[in-house]
Amino acid sequence: MARNIKLRIWRGDSTDGGLKDVVVEANEGEVVLDVIHRVQATQMGDLAVRWNCKAGKCGSCSMEINGKPRLACMTQVASFGEEETITVTPLRAFPIIKDLVTDVSFNYKKAMEVPAYEHPANLAPGEARMEQIDVERSQEFRKCIECFLCQDVCHVVRDHEENKKSFAGPRFFIRIAELDMHPLDTLKNRKKTAQEEHGLGMCNITKCCTEVCPEHIKITDNAIIPMKERVADIKYDPIRWLGTKIRKREGL
Amino acid sequence: MSGVFSPTRAKIKERTLRTDKWWLQPLLTFSVLISFVIYATFRAFENDNYYKDHLISPFYSPCLSEACVPEATINGFTPVSAEILNFALSPALIILIFPLGFRMTCYYYRKSYYRSFWMSPPACAVAEPHKKYTGETRFPLIIQNSHRYFFYAGLVLNVILTYDAVISFKNPEGEWGHMSVGSLVLLVSSTMLWLYSMSCHSCRHTIGGRLKNFSKHPVRYKLWSWVSVLNHSHQQFAWFSLAAVAFADIYVRQVASGAWTNFYFF
Repeated sequence: MARNIKLRIWRGDSTDGGLKDVVVEANEGEVVLDVIHRVQATQMGDLAVRWNCKAGKCGSCSMEINGKPRLACMTQVASFGEEETITVTPLRAFPIIKDLVTDVSFNYKKAMEVPAYEHPANLAPGEARMEQIDVERSQEFRKCIECFLCQDVCHVVRDHEENKKSFAGPRFFIRIAELDMHPLDTLKNRKKTAQEEHGLGMCNITKCCTEVCPEHIKITDNAIIPMKERVADIKYDPIRWLGTKIRKREGL
Repeated sequence: MSGVFSPTRAKIKERTLRTDKWWLQPLLTFSVLISFVIYATFRAFENDNYYKDHLISPFYSPCLSEACVPEATINGFTPVSAEILNFALSPALIILIFPLGFRMTCYYYRKSYYRSFWMSPPACAVAEPHKKYTGETRFPLIIQNSHRYFFYAGLVLNVILTYDAVISFKNPEGEWGHMSVGSLVLLVSSTMLWLYSMSCHSCRHTIGGRLKNFSKHPVRYKLWSWVSVLNHSHQQFAWFSLAAVAFADIYVRQVASGAWTNFYFF
């Protein structure tokens, strides 16, 4: 059954902006992205909003709904109270372009800084074989849809613009973890660079990235903390360090 | 102006637009942890009421000081002087650094106290009050990387506290095969400590997490899988074990001071 709901939508650009109140019809089963589209179609023709699949798989419609980073296409209108005003703003960690659209190019720059997988020199393409149990652990990280909600909520850059140059963010820590746990990756010093170049040590594991992940990837428990422990192996554990020097091997 | 108020970001004056009770969780965490810290500090310095009829408080075990009640020691092993610089050293102060260090560097407690004590951040998508942030890259927070060493020390303490729980199955006359409320309390306390330790992230890493090839280490992979299951509940074990240890100490204190009688089932 259709009902009218109250929305507050942030409108503006890099020079100025503010929250605008609007009342719009919402039908049963609709999500926030549906009602934003209805506002765009009926009341605010020039409202800028980024979207694509409407199925929670493309990661385009990331925004903040009642202050929480979420996918608008996966947020049911019915999850809010009937009298509640739903406040919709752009992601607050990235530069604003217009209305609900932000410039997320920070993430693409960081993606380019992560060294790619390095194949063993003695294995020709097609010769590589891996056991399922070796693949499973990093498969979880491949679920990432690059919505960048984790990057948005991470206080290291959200609350400290100056850290952006030295901090890759949770999305790229899972990428680094995925590669470091890859049985065939031969790149040396991935752990060292994770700490010294990508800012792993800046993370204080407050788990907000895990809380907002729409794919329910255990970013902190399965990627960041294991990477912190791997870094401790080579940088902060003298006994372990000595062991690797004697046995001459980095990983097992 | 930095953070969410940076010039390039959307101009929103509120630190957060969250409408839920985001402050409740850090407030509860702060209240419980500060209560525990105050109680533990009082007990660590009290230097009394920690032993009665084969029940020893987990705060005072192992009792390593020359000033320990003889029955509370492990076969009379007391390598530490009763006084240091004319200051009567409570036996609890000698050993509490290890469980304290284990919990302070624990990945779960770090989340808890960074949020509730340091407000870094107080909750997700709630702007923190600090102007600068360097995370765990500098002293003193770089010490958090020593968590595994406190984990190893914690395992030794767990063995001793389990031994204490076993010893509590004696009656006041020293005969085996008797169980009291105190035995149960110490048994629950030591069990919770084992669960907390075995679900630890450093344990998960040490036992198999550091491997690149699970398929080449099937036994360690199996162990890692089991620890991973426990690891899902590490937060719960952290709180349950804290509560169990605190209650065990309160119970022993009350029994030792004569306020409560330790009831024997058989």
